[in-house]
Amino acid sequence: MLPCLRLHSSPLPVSLSRPAAVIRPDAPVLLEIRGLQARVEDQPILKGVDLTIRAGEIHAVMGRNGSGKSTLSKVLAGHPAYTVTAGTVLYRGEDLLGLDPEQRARIGLFLGFQYPVEIPGVSNLEFLRVATNARRQQLGKEELEPFDFEDLVRERLEVVKMDPAFLDRSVNEGFSGGEKKRNEILQMALLEPLVAILDETDSGLDIDALRIVAGGVNQLATPENATLLITHYQRLLDVITPDFVHVMAAGRILRTGGKELALELEENGYDWVDQELAELERTPVEVA
Amino acid sequence: MVTTSLSAPSAQPSVHGLELPSRRLEDWRFTDPAPIGAIARQLLAVPPLSSVPAPLAGTVRLDWNAPDPLAGVCLPAGITPLAGPDLEARLGGALAACAAGSPSPSWLVQFDQALAPRTLALCVSASVETTLELVSDAAEGEGLLPLRLLLWVEPGARLELLEVHRSRGRNLTSVVVEAHLCEGAELRHGVLGQGHPEACLLAHLAVTQAPGSSLTQAIAASGWALARIEPRVLQQAGAATTCLRGLQRVEGRQIADTHAEVAFGGPEGRLDQLHKVVADGEGRSVFNGAVRVPRQAQRTEAAQLSRTLLLSDRARIDTKPELEIVADDVKCAHGATVSRLQQNELFYLQSRGIGAAQASRLLLRGFCEEVLAALPAAASVWQPLPTLLAEEGSGS
Repeated sequence: MLPCLRLHSSPLPVSLSRPAAVIRPDAPVLLEIRGLQARVEDQPILKGVDLTIRAGEIHAVMGRNGSGKSTLSKVLAGHPAYTVTAGTVLYRGEDLLGLDPEQRARIGLFLGFQYPVEIPGVSNLEFLRVATNARRQQLGKEELEPFDFEDLVRERLEVVKMDPAFLDRSVNEGFSGGEKKRNEILQMALLEPLVAILDETDSGLDIDALRIVAGGVNQLATPENATLLITHYQRLLDVITPDFVHVMAAGRILRTGGKELALELEENGYDWVDQELAELERTPVEVA
Repeated sequence: MVTTSLSAPSAQPSVHGLELPSRRLEDWRFTDPAPIGAIARQLLAVPPLSSVPAPLAGTVRLDWNAPDPLAGVCLPAGITPLAGPDLEARLGGALAACAAGSPSPSWLVQFDQALAPRTLALCVSASVETTLELVSDAAEGEGLLPLRLLLWVEPGARLELLEVHRSRGRNLTSVVVEAHLCEGAELRHGVLGQGHPEACLLAHLAVTQAPGSSLTQAIAASGWALARIEPRVLQQAGAATTCLRGLQRVEGRQIADTHAEVAFGGPEGRLDQLHKVVADGEGRSVFNGAVRVPRQAQRTEAAQLSRTLLLSDRARIDTKPELEIVADDVKCAHGATVSRLQQNELFYLQSRGIGAAQASRLLLRGFCEEVLAALPAAASVWQPLPTLLAEEGSGS
């Protein structure tokens, strides 16, 4: 168990670790993915993904490089380089795929980037304020003036123990890998999404930064929202305990289990994946 | 206090006989000088400045429209007018030194000299905390406004200078600035050009630097039919620091042309140059960045980057880094990029709920801010960013 961190004046939970989760089968479905297929240029990547995420759940998607994990996150966020060729995605019962990326973000979908983009000349503070106000507007809340926003952002900085000096710099410019990931979680803390997809948030982090970033994710987890972690490694899941672990291969979810599945992968690797894929290929496909 | 006039402006300038630069000249190969030819060859009678924003606190403004910009002005301590033999000995020195390594004389300098501009000559002998602001406004009249400035910055002295050139009609502002930075001197020089679609801005800025001196020069120009900027820097014996920032925006059929030359006359000089252009409509941008590193300039470190943002299929860019490196122990880097708004940057902003149009505006502003941030703080009263982007309410 990691030590608790004290926050000065935050309404957010103070523990680095997530409170014991209670999976409620009757909790509202936030995200429902059915038969999702997508390609980039002419290359099919997703070949039929099914996944249901309910409020209060933390899911982890694991898999080898090239299995389609990051593509799934980008397709859900609406990246224009990817084309959905089949399937549906419902967000709180409404079609998600027909929405622009900014509309998806405003209604509460958040993508934490594996490689956060550097934007020279655009003030981080101004960017955070514009983004936060776009979300607040969607929620019917008043937009925050710069002075009020600074109060909010300084409070939320505590979630990831981020130096306020980074607010005055350009978005992610010259940030270290760890600082960029902290900035991602800071955005998550400000936007208060209902579904947060974190794409390899642990990559490029040393163990201390990993604990801080993962601690931030745990603090932000509530019974009303859900998190989808995309990761290669168990080490992230040592700090953020998932309720469900999915193994992705060749553009689909091959196996789903509890947190013990991640431990099994850590111990045995992905060799079994090749066998299961080969079996799948031998299985005749039913034509509807 | 009086303005020093080396030669009073003549009633009939001798530019009638001066032909427009030929496009057969390498220096003008990509630049159509037609907008210069469209302007009446007569000196412009400009009224004193009016309808301009108040200067920022801590700034002393000189009205460059006035016959005597120093009349009634209390110059900051450490700045005195140059006159007499001191002036005669120094005038033209930096221009000639910078031109010595250049393959051809500058047409802009010949043009300005033919107009016999009144010369404002100042000596800086201390670290001046106050920003000096020189403002010219060619206003709506038709004709030519020639300006000339000589700055002599004594050893260890420091000055922050902002030039502002504006126009609202079919006229031409010609400005030649020469400055010498003695050992350990520091000059932070901003030039803001806020033009009109029928106006031209011709600016030749020659600076010689002694060892240990530091020059930061930031130039932002937009709105001109033709803006031709010629920064020239000579580090006489190397071992000086030069930081050049340039930003031009073109739209319609406007032309932005920057021909920069930096030469190192000795070892261990430093150059950091960034030139940016935003090109929209059928606008045209030309950038030629010469960096000369002769054999004696060992251990020079020079970096030059030209970045152009293309907002239209019909805009045209000609960009040419021109590095002449003879010394063998140097670090010299150059790069040129021409691109549209980056899709990954747009998507990043959109994924945070920021609409595509607002995201594009943010990126465009960010692109410009990187250069505008190098202007003296006094520039803020001129709203450089909204004016450059021709945003509503900027008054441009």
